[in-house]
Amino acid sequence: FYLTPPQVNSILKANEYSFKVPEFDGKNVSSVLGFDSNQLPANAPIEDRRSAATCLQTRGMLLGVFDGHAGCACAQAVSERLFYYIAVSLLPHETLLEIENAVESGRALLPILQWHKHPNDYFSKEASKLYFNSLRTYWQELIDLNSGETTDVREALINAFKRLDNDISLEAQVGDPNSFLNYLVLRVAFSGATACVAHVDGIDLHIANTGDSRAMLGVQEEDGSWSALNLSYDHNAQNEHEVERVKMEHPKSEEKSLVKQDRLLGLLMPFRAFGDVKFKWSIELQKRVIESGPDQLNENEYTKFIPPNYHTPPYLTAEPEVIHHKLRPQDKFLVLATDGLWETMHRQDVARIVGEYLTGVHHQQPIAVGGYKVTLGQMHGLLTERRARISSVFEDQNAATHLIRHAVGNNEFGTVDHERLSKMLSLPEELARMYRDDITIIVVQFNSHVIGAY
Amino acid sequence: AAGMFLRLLSDVQWRAAHPKWRRMTSSQRSTSTTAEPHPVSLPAQAQVVICGGGIMGTSVAYHLSKMGWKDIVLLEQGRLAAGTTRFCAGIVSTARPVSIELKMAHYSNKLYQQLEQETGVQTGYMKTGSISLAQTQDRLISLKRIASSLNVMGIPCEIISPKKVVQLHPLINIHDLVGAMYVPEDALVSSANVSLALATAASRNGVQIHERTSVSHVTVQKGRVTGVETDRGRIQCEYFVNCAGQWAYELGHSGEEPVHIPLHACEHFYLLTHPLQEPLSSSLPTVVDPDGRIYIRNWQGGILSGGFEKNPKPLFTEGRNQLEIQNLQEDWDHFGPLLSALLRRMPGLEALQIMQLVNCPESFTPDMRCIMGESPTARGYFVLAGMNSAGISYAGGAGKYLAEWMVNGYPSENVWPLDLKRFGTLQSSRTFLRHRVMEVMPLMCDLKVPRWDFQTGRQLRTSPLYDRLDAQGARWMEKHGFERVKYFVPPGKDLLDLDHSKTFYKPDWFDIVGSEVKCCKEAVCVIDMSSFTKFEISSTGDQALESLQYLFSNDLDVPVGHVVHTGMLNEKGGYENDCSIARLSKRSFFMISPTDQQVHCWAWLKNRLPDDSNLIMEDVTWKYTALNLIGPRAVDVLSELSYAPMTAEHFPSLFCKEMSVGYANGIRVMSITHTGEPGFVLYIPIEYALHVYNEVMNMGQKYGIRNAGYYALRSLRIEKFFAFWGQDLDAFTTPMECGREFQVKLEKGMQFLGQEALLEQKQNGVYKRFTMFILEDHDTDMDLWPWWGEPIFRNGRYVGKTTSSAYSYTLERHVCLGFVHHFDEKTGEELVVTTDFINQGEYEIDIAGQRFQAKAKLYPFSSLFTQRRRKDEMELSGYQRE
Repeated sequence: FYLTPPQVNSILKANEYSFKVPEFDGKNVSSVLGFDSNQLPANAPIEDRRSAATCLQTRGMLLGVFDGHAGCACAQAVSERLFYYIAVSLLPHETLLEIENAVESGRALLPILQWHKHPNDYFSKEASKLYFNSLRTYWQELIDLNSGETTDVREALINAFKRLDNDISLEAQVGDPNSFLNYLVLRVAFSGATACVAHVDGIDLHIANTGDSRAMLGVQEEDGSWSALNLSYDHNAQNEHEVERVKMEHPKSEEKSLVKQDRLLGLLMPFRAFGDVKFKWSIELQKRVIESGPDQLNENEYTKFIPPNYHTPPYLTAEPEVIHHKLRPQDKFLVLATDGLWETMHRQDVARIVGEYLTGVHHQQPIAVGGYKVTLGQMHGLLTERRARISSVFEDQNAATHLIRHAVGNNEFGTVDHERLSKMLSLPEELARMYRDDITIIVVQFNSHVIGAY
Repeated sequence: AAGMFLRLLSDVQWRAAHPKWRRMTSSQRSTSTTAEPHPVSLPAQAQVVICGGGIMGTSVAYHLSKMGWKDIVLLEQGRLAAGTTRFCAGIVSTARPVSIELKMAHYSNKLYQQLEQETGVQTGYMKTGSISLAQTQDRLISLKRIASSLNVMGIPCEIISPKKVVQLHPLINIHDLVGAMYVPEDALVSSANVSLALATAASRNGVQIHERTSVSHVTVQKGRVTGVETDRGRIQCEYFVNCAGQWAYELGHSGEEPVHIPLHACEHFYLLTHPLQEPLSSSLPTVVDPDGRIYIRNWQGGILSGGFEKNPKPLFTEGRNQLEIQNLQEDWDHFGPLLSALLRRMPGLEALQIMQLVNCPESFTPDMRCIMGESPTARGYFVLAGMNSAGISYAGGAGKYLAEWMVNGYPSENVWPLDLKRFGTLQSSRTFLRHRVMEVMPLMCDLKVPRWDFQTGRQLRTSPLYDRLDAQGARWMEKHGFERVKYFVPPGKDLLDLDHSKTFYKPDWFDIVGSEVKCCKEAVCVIDMSSFTKFEISSTGDQALESLQYLFSNDLDVPVGHVVHTGMLNEKGGYENDCSIARLSKRSFFMISPTDQQVHCWAWLKNRLPDDSNLIMEDVTWKYTALNLIGPRAVDVLSELSYAPMTAEHFPSLFCKEMSVGYANGIRVMSITHTGEPGFVLYIPIEYALHVYNEVMNMGQKYGIRNAGYYALRSLRIEKFFAFWGQDLDAFTTPMECGREFQVKLEKGMQFLGQEALLEQKQNGVYKRFTMFILEDHDTDMDLWPWWGEPIFRNGRYVGKTTSSAYSYTLERHVCLGFVHHFDEKTGEELVVTTDFINQGEYEIDIAGQRFQAKAKLYPFSSLFTQRRRKDEMELSGYQRE
C-alpha cells in the first residue's frame, strides 16, 4: 500500500490554515505578519485543538494549542472558551460596563474577538448559552471587584486559566436540566486538556502554559543560522521544579506515591491540566456526581475509577506558568505545538527547518558568473535546478505543514523520505496512535521591521 | 565592470573632438572614478541650461544649436552618456504603435545614419533590419496593424512567413511561429557614441558642455525659470531643460515650486556573450519575440539579449544617487525565464559562452509614453524624459520636437500624447508610480488590444456614486485618475474574465452596450460624467467676458443662461481645447472641458489671462457630480422631479438654468448631452449627488430608466459624427477642417486667438477634412474591428488615417471618423481638399492589412435620427477620448 505524493499532500494539507495580518498599502504595522497552523490526527477523532483570534477591544493577538486526553471534550471546551476569559480579563472597567449594559438592555454586544478558524475548527452550538452565562458571571464579578488598576497581562492570563477551570468544575457539579448538556459538561470535566497560549501585543510576548505543550522562539543569529529559545517549561515528570512543586503541596507521607512511572499518581503524564476532576475533586464529590449523572457516565469504567493513593486532593491545577519576552528583531517566529511534535523533533531542528522555510529563496546565494567560463546552456540548467529546489521548498505553502512533513517523514539524514512519509500516513486508525501522537502546530511569523522600530 | 563597459560600448576617438571640449575633460576617459579638477568655470548666465548629458540632453542641445540658439550650457553630473544611455542596447526600431512615436523613431533613424559623416564620430550605425515574431494569430494581427502604418509612411515593411524568417536569420527556431514582420531599415548603433556624436556637433555649434556638475535645483520667480543652482555655482537662464532620465522626478521635486514628472525606474537586464565559434555577422537582423518577452541583437560576433519580464523590479522609489547605478547586481534567477525564452528561440546558442548579465535601470511612465514639453507651473521649464526603454529610438525625433517647441513655441507635429501636461500632481505619488510601472514594464511585450485599461493605480478619483454604480454591475475604465463606467453588466450575466476578453474582433460586451444605446434612443439613460474638467471664470467687471472673447473662437457675449460650444484655439487656429461654456451671469462663466484637459487648459488660460486680481478662475471639477440624462424621456423625468416644465418651449436646447431636483436646490441643469440625443446634464453639488441620483432612478423607473456607460456614449457620438478633442481633434486641427465653421464667429466685433489663420483658411481652403466613413462590406461578427489609426485609401491611394471608430447600433454598421488629405499624385505635395474631392472618391479602410469598402460622408445622417430631434439641436461637441 503506497500513497502517491499528491495523496500525501492532500492528507497533510487537509487541516492547514494561514492568516496574514491585513496590510494597508503594502504596509503592516503589526508586529505579527501572520501565522500558519495545521494538525495531523493520530487519535480518531483527534484530541488536539487549536485557536487563534485577534482581540478587538484591547490590542494583541491570541494563539493557542490544546492537547486533550481521555477524550476531546475538555480540549474542545477550552479551545472555545479560554480566549474569551483572557480577553475579558484584559478589558478595562468601562468596556466591561458597556458590555454588561448592552446585555442587560438586549442591545448588540461589542465584538470581543475576531476568530481565525479553519472550517474544521467548530464551536459547539448547544453549549454556547451555558458558556456565555458563566462568562457573564465572571465579568460581572470583575465589574464588582473593580480594582481601578490597569490590567497586567500576566495576571489576566493566570486569572483566566484558573477561572475557566473553576467554571468547568462548577458546571459539572451543578449539572444541567438538558440531558445532552448535562452529559457534555460532565465529559468536559472528566476529560482533560493542556494549554499553551501566546499573547502578542507589539513587542510584548506572553506565553501562558499549562501542561506539556511547548512554545519556542526561532532566533536568527548574526551569521544567518537559526537557534531555538524555549518560552515554556513542560509540566511533567522530567521537570524537577514541577515535581518539587507537587511534592510541596502534599504531605510528606504521599511523597512516594505522588509520581510513579513518570506520571502523576502513576496515571497522568501532564502535571497541570484543565478538567480532570478525578484529580481535583474529593472522592465523595466524584461519587455523588457520577451516581446522579447519566447512565453513560455511570457505565464508564474510567470515570468511575478513583486514582490510587488519593488522599489530599486537588492533585492537579490549571494555573499556568507565564513567561514574558520582549521581542527583538532577531526573533523571527514562534512555534506553539503539542507534544506530538516535540516527541519526534528536537527544538533546534524545528528552528532550523522553519527558519529556512520562511526565508526560503532569500538565503540561496545569488549566482555570479565572475571570471568563470559558463555557457548559456549550463546557466540554463543551473537556473532550472535552482527553481526546482525552490519549488520543492514551497511545495508547502504553510510552515506548519512543512514542519509536520519533516516530523513524520524525516529519515536519519534529516531529509524528508517520501516512502517513510507514505507509510506513516497510511497506518490504519488503530495503529496510528502507536507510532505517533496527534500533532498540532502554530507558527507565528514576526515583522522584524516593526519590532526593530520599537 | 562599469569601466569595462564604457570601453566596450563607447569606442570614441577623443582626439577628434572639439578642442575646446577636450580641454574641459581630461584624457583619463576610461576610468570613471578618478576625481578631476574643473578647469573651466561655469558661465554666470546662459539662455538655456540643459541638465543631463545622456542621449536626450545631447539631442536637445544638438537640435537647439542647429536651429540657431547658441547660448546653451549642458550640465552632466557624471560623464557624458554615462547613465542609462551607456547601457542601452542600441536598437533603433521604428515599429511603434503610436503614430507620433513612429515619426520620432523614423526621424532618429535617418539622423543617426548620417551622424558619423556629419561629426566624424563613429556611431556604430549598422542597418540590420529587424524581425518581430508572432507566436499567435492575435500577435500577428497587431503586427499587421503596425505594418499598415509603416507602409503608408513610406517605411519599407512586410509581413513574412516563418520560412522567410529562417532565410533572414538562420538561428531562429520557427516551429511555434505563425508569422513575422520584417522592417529592413531598422538599425543598430552604439547609443553612447551617438550621444557623444550629438554632443560633439552641439559643442562645435557653441554649446558649452560641463561634466561632473550637478544641478541641485531650479529657481522660479513669478512662474518663470530664472536660473539653476549647481554644486559649482549658479547660472541664470531663461530656459531649463530637464533631461535627467530616471532622476528627472527627483530633480523636478527639488525646487520650491515642484514640477511633477511622473516616471519611475525599473531594473532591466540583458545578457552579453562572447563571440560564436563562427562569429555572427554584424548585419544580422535584430529579433524581437514579444510573446517570449525578449529581444536579440548581434553584438561583436556574439549576441546581446534582454527582455521585459512579468515581474519587474522597481527601484529608487525613495530616490538615490547616481553612484548606485554602477553597483546594481546581476540577478540570474530573475533572468531565468528570459534565458529560457532565448534558448527556445535560438536553441543553437546553448554552447555560447556568457560574458555578462548587465543590469541597466530604465525609466517608465504611467501610460507607457514618454514625457516632453513645458511645465504647467513654471514657464521655460522643459522636460524630456521617461523613454520606457526606447530612448535610442526616440532621442533624435524627441530632441527635434522639443527644440522646435522651445524655439517656435510649438513643435511641428501633434505631440499631445507625449505632453507633460497630460499628467498632473495626481500621477506623481511615489506609491502610484511604483505600482503602475510594475504593470507598464511587462506591457511592453503584452498584446495590446482595443480598449485595454491599466489595472494598477486605480480608484484614485471617484464619483460619490461609485459604490452605487459598482453594485449595479458597472465595469470601469480610468481617465486622468478618474473611474468612469464602460457599461453595466446585467445581473446574472457573466462576461469573460480579463485575459479572455482580449480581442481584435467583436467584444463580449457588444449586446450589453447595444441595449444601453437602445434605451438612450427610446427611453432614458443616466451616465455619470463627473470626470469632466470644470472651471468657473468670473470678474468684477467685464474682464471675464473680454478675456474669454479673445481666447475662444465662438461668440460668448450671449444672453445669460445660454450655453456655447466653442474651441479654444491657438495662433494657427488649431484646437487647444474644445469645450462648452455656460454664461451663468453677466460676469461669470462655467466651462466644461474633457477630463484630461485639467492641467493643460488651466496652464493655457493662466498664461494668457490678464494678471488682474479682479478676474478669478477656479477649478471646480471636484465640486460637482455630473449626471447625463440621455433620451426622449429625460424631459419627463426631470419635469416630474422639479415641478417645472422642461419642454423645448420652456427649456430650449443649449440652455442652462439652476433649479431644484427632488429636495436638492441649486442644481445646474444644461440642455446638452454630448451625444446629439435629447436630454440634459445635471451639475450637482457633490453632497446632493446621491440624493439626486436616487430621485432620478426612482422617478425614472416608470419611463424605463437605466444606467449606461461611456461605450454607449461613444457609439452615439460617433454615429452622429461628433469629434472629440484628444481623439479626433488636436492642436493641428482647425474648426474649418472639421466642419465646425458654425462654432466660429469670425465677425464678433473683436479679435480672437487664431482668427487670422481661420480667415486665411476660409479664403484658401483646407488641406485636410474630417470625414465620416461607413464600412460597407464589413462583417461585424467575423471581421476584425476598426480601432483608430487605420489608413484610409481613396481610389487606391493613401489619403489619411482614422482617429476613432465605433459600431453604430442604429446604422448596424461600423463608423470610422478620420481626416482625408489630398496628396499630389506626382510630387506628394499637399493640395486643398474640396467637398467634391471627398465626394468623388471610392474609399477603403485598411484594418490590419485587410481593406474594407467605405462610404464617405461630410455630414451626419439626419434622416435616421429625425424621430425626436428638434432642428436647432445641432450640438456638435463632446469630450470623450478612449
